[in-house]
Amino acid sequence: MTAQDSITTPRKRKFKVPWAIVLPAIPLFLWLSLLIVFPHIRLAILSFLKRGQDIFFLDNFLNIFLGNYLAPFQDPDQLFSRVFFKTVLFSLVNTLLSLIVAYPIAFYLAKVLKGSRKFALLLLLILPYWVSELVRVYAWMNILRETGFLNYLLVNVLGIFDQPVEFLYNNTSLFVVFVYSSVLLMILPIYSSLEGLADEQIQAAEDLGAGPFATFRYVVFPISLPSVTYGCILVFMISAGNYLIPNLIGGKNTLWVTEMIYNRFIISTNWNLGSAYSLILLISTSIMIYLGLRLTGQSLRGVFSEQ
Amino acid sequence: MTDIDVELVNITKKFGELVAVDDVSIQVTRGSFFSILGPSGCGKTTTLKMISGFEEPDNGDVFIGGERVNGVPPNHRRVNMVFQQLALFPLMTVSANVGFGLKMSGVPKADRQARVEEMLEKVDLPGLGDRKPDQLSGGQQQRVAIARCLILDPTVLLLDEPLGALDLKLRDQMKIQLKRLQHEVGTTFIYITHDQSEALVMSDEVAVMNEGHLLQIGAPDELYSNPADYFVASFVGESNAFEGPITHLENGHAVLSADPFDFKSPTHPDIRVGENCRLFIRPERIRLMSSDAGSDALYDNQFPGEIQDVVFDGAVARAFVDLGHNTVITVLVTRTSDTPLPVEGEAVLVGWNALDALCFPE
Ligand SMILES: Nc1ncnc2c1ncn2[C@@H]1O[C@H](COP(=O)(O)OP(=O)(O)OP(=O)(O)O)[C@@H](O)[C@H]1O
Ligand SMILES: [Mg+2]
Repeated sequence: MTAQDSITTPRKRKFKVPWAIVLPAIPLFLWLSLLIVFPHIRLAILSFLKRGQDIFFLDNFLNIFLGNYLAPFQDPDQLFSRVFFKTVLFSLVNTLLSLIVAYPIAFYLAKVLKGSRKFALLLLLILPYWVSELVRVYAWMNILRETGFLNYLLVNVLGIFDQPVEFLYNNTSLFVVFVYSSVLLMILPIYSSLEGLADEQIQAAEDLGAGPFATFRYVVFPISLPSVTYGCILVFMISAGNYLIPNLIGGKNTLWVTEMIYNRFIISTNWNLGSAYSLILLISTSIMIYLGLRLTGQSLRGVFSEQ
Repeated sequence: MTDIDVELVNITKKFGELVAVDDVSIQVTRGSFFSILGPSGCGKTTTLKMISGFEEPDNGDVFIGGERVNGVPPNHRRVNMVFQQLALFPLMTVSANVGFGLKMSGVPKADRQARVEEMLEKVDLPGLGDRKPDQLSGGQQQRVAIARCLILDPTVLLLDEPLGALDLKLRDQMKIQLKRLQHEVGTTFIYITHDQSEALVMSDEVAVMNEGHLLQIGAPDELYSNPADYFVASFVGESNAFEGPITHLENGHAVLSADPFDFKSPTHPDIRVGENCRLFIRPERIRLMSSDAGSDALYDNQFPGEIQDVVFDGAVARAFVDLGHNTVITVLVTRTSDTPLPVEGEAVLVGWNALDALCFPE
């Protein structure tokens, strides 16, 4: 068929599958559907059923049960609410601390260091993330515990303390390890946005009479704002959903929502209640991020399109 | 009070081993348009940054308005800089960009707005205040960058190749506009460029630099007709250049041999027999004659040749004359009378006097 034929007789053209677009999209589609969409649909279904029931029994299909969502709030101890509130609060604090630690590092990396030193520091920052989080957390336990490296240093080498101190299992150690494990997620996006800021912009601000603070406020920070938001969203989500660190480093009273969810699933084998907990966590953190964006006059699309 | 706005006294700047600026002294008169001209990498930007305060000289002193400013940070110097890449703030509107300096010095908002509008008017950008820089054309961005500095009423405005990013036609327009603007506001401009025609068109005075050295300072006309050395001669204006040893002196001329031609050249105390020299002849100094003009030599140097090509450019034309032996020289033909332009393939004579040429030892 020549080109002319196809113009004069368009109806004869058969629909062709655009394989060049479809093929590369298949892995992404499988990833999204099998690992993200499908499990969440399962969770949603389970959360609306009574304990031990499942969709596969047809009569359950019509019995939508809201008890799993009401139960945590009907509890006289309000355990879930308290734990949930604490998780969110600690995650926010962790996000803020990570930002405070990450920004100067990102700035130093992007605007002060040059050439091989910059590469070396970047590598040093990324290197620990090549091992699993579990190993990194154990390394911190090794440093902080009563017979650990820090106590050895303080007692045996420097002689500041007479007795070893237990540094683990309190909020300080929790935040130290939390910030350590999430700070890279904050550094990298901020670093890359500051990389895009020409030195001349900073010099121009200075030339026009801006001091260091005004230069930061009006020229540097606005450029990095989408990345700061992006980093904050990542760190907040990952903190709120973290299980290892609060479990291993936090004290006995640092119960995290994820631990409660784990307990419902594994200890009391109440998958339906566990599912409801998971969805409450997911939805409420999403709402908080949405509100955060609205309050600072940003949009998710704007934040992600800058990355 | 002196009428010198900026004075550099023996300044030197090194980056490691590299001497970027070597013992440069410059005086810039108040209200003048002063250019620093030189090829890429010769130290122009570095010189400018020492005036603005982004670099400190390793040696020497910088004076602005009669005050020594070594060690004074950029935000406390009454000079402003238009950067090579403009460096407009991309997230701010044009108005915010132009008003930034006023905001930093604490001018109240209403006052600021009025002055920004007035400034935009002055640089021919009225009504564009609400746009973002990336919604402007290259030439408009240019003017925002200049307005942003001029609004602070600086003693001196520093411009680092501000026309470099523009296309040729716009560059020609902006040259005239810049010169006019400078005239209107009366601020001293120090202008950097590697384009000799920009420097010649706009400047009151030009400093020519090469490899960190200052070679010559002078009015454009002086640089063109009286260059201090061969670099200035070749960099400023168009020339026919030859190179070779001085073979002997003859009738008060030095004779330079660029095999197989012998050129009679002006003498100079620095020029000695046996020394390798460079000879420059401006295209407008060469006369074109028809080959039957007669056998008498009218000029000190006279050679037969053949017209290879003629490039017509309105009032003037450039004739490329092949003298044989792979030597082609450019001759400027001014169209004052009705004499027809030479045509391709025509046999001609070219001639010039020894004193029309410039000769420098290497
Ligand atoms: N911060 C720096 N560190 C090291 N070397 C530098 C630095 N800044 C400039 N140089 C070097 O100093 C020399 C002069 O640089 P400068 O920027 O002044 O050149 P320029 O005349 O402005 O050139 P161009 O026309 O290309 O802008 C160059 O060889 C450059 O590589
Ligand atoms: Mg430069």
